[in-house]
Amino acid sequence: MVVSTKRALEGAHASAEAMRQINPDVVAAYPITPQTAIVQTYSQYVADGEVDTEFIAVESEHAAMSACIGAAAAGGRVMTATAANGLALMWEELYIAASMRFPIVMSCVNRALSAPLNIHCDHSDSMGARDAGWIHLFSETGQEAYDNTIQAVRIAEHPDLLLPVMVMQDGFITGHAVELVEVADDASVKHFVGSYTPQHSLLDIDHPKTFGAWDLYDYYFEHKRQQTDALSKAMKVIVDVGDEFGRTFGRKYGAFEAYGMDDAEMAIVVLSSTAGTCRTVIKEFRKKGVKVGLLKLRVFRPFPADELAAALQGLKAVAVLDRSISFGSMQGAGPVFLELCAALYAAGVRTKAVNYIYGLGGRDVLPADVERVVQELQQLADTGKVASLVSYLGLRE
Amino acid sequence: MAKANATWKEANIAGMVLEPGSAAEYETGTWRVQRPVHDAGKCTHCMMCWVFCPDSCIIVKDGRWQEFDYFHCKGCGICASVCPVKVEAHEVTGKPGKVIQMTDEKK
Repeated sequence: MVVSTKRALEGAHASAEAMRQINPDVVAAYPITPQTAIVQTYSQYVADGEVDTEFIAVESEHAAMSACIGAAAAGGRVMTATAANGLALMWEELYIAASMRFPIVMSCVNRALSAPLNIHCDHSDSMGARDAGWIHLFSETGQEAYDNTIQAVRIAEHPDLLLPVMVMQDGFITGHAVELVEVADDASVKHFVGSYTPQHSLLDIDHPKTFGAWDLYDYYFEHKRQQTDALSKAMKVIVDVGDEFGRTFGRKYGAFEAYGMDDAEMAIVVLSSTAGTCRTVIKEFRKKGVKVGLLKLRVFRPFPADELAAALQGLKAVAVLDRSISFGSMQGAGPVFLELCAALYAAGVRTKAVNYIYGLGGRDVLPADVERVVQELQQLADTGKVASLVSYLGLRE
Repeated sequence: MAKANATWKEANIAGMVLEPGSAAEYETGTWRVQRPVHDAGKCTHCMMCWVFCPDSCIIVKDGRWQEFDYFHCKGCGICASVCPVKVEAHEVTGKPGKVIQMTDEKK
């Protein structure tokens, strides 16, 4: 029987609380704004003896992920946290963690990449790592950051996957905002995540083995094919774990959350905290009879291409809000838009799609900005003509 | 070692090598473009080549030089370089030089 307590927590503290309940074998982490609240809180849990975790205070994020990889190779359950330039410094190890199939779970509190120096939210950090082979889960609220962190352990360690998982929340907006979070009792969380016994580990000294060996043109290709196969199986695992989480804790999760989509003619697709602003605006338009809905994307990797194409089939127009730019891509669009266009094209869905870049470097996105999106969606739905494929919200033009 | 030419469905994930010492089964002799040859009659069995060979390809028995392990020898030439015994006419190449000399690998 799950006993939940409602607590006022910052998003980062909600993540740290989930980590405390998971009680991983090893946490190797380096502080960086706005993620610091996670590693600082967790190291306090370690100092206070509330967890059994071996905490490794490393000298950089490069070292953090390296230590995580070593600990995972040894057979441990391993977690870490980072943001922005810290994630960028992990670049080499992100690929190694995924390629070595280590189920490491990492919080990423989304923050803009330098330069110019900026500590506030956008998604350029994790989006830069989108092809590294990790599963990417995005969280709208502190509650979702907490829930996703717990589910991430089960997803990562699933024997069909053995893939690292990154759990995102918006820097400051979610990470430092105090919200009510339903925290389950420790025993229920521990029971849900279970224990971790890797099939192969370097500390299994009765069965010596080699990880990360030289792998040339005769096998590297096969190992990459295995990785993409594992990611292709991930969506089913994510949905199954989300269902089980729902049955256990009362909050069900899937690839995305649909709001007002049943009879929608238009839709907005967005990640993380901005979904809240969009939901509020859409609620107002719905009162006026405007048939607009919201798809809040939770899983970005693997990209739920078929699911999104099915959800958007028959709609007249869709706007994708991107909090980062894929520089040099088609008209400088954002990664969610580019992926969605590919998904629609491959599925033969001809719904008109446009892209809005917003919120870079923490620029506020206001209800008025989303109202503009809905109004332009109405024009697009009426005329079928794309006035501008990529537009900017809240930019001084 | 995974079976040779395993498909992506058969290969160990992440290139994990699950049996210790399996490098012995991996043929690196095919990498060789130069082949060391040995003059057994003039060899003093000083074992300099055995000490310096980076791939343990000098096979020795009872303190005596036996043969090269051509399955693994990559033809780096270190054995020929460190060999201290001079010959006027090598029994394999017929050329002056040392007891171990490098020749072109015939494919």
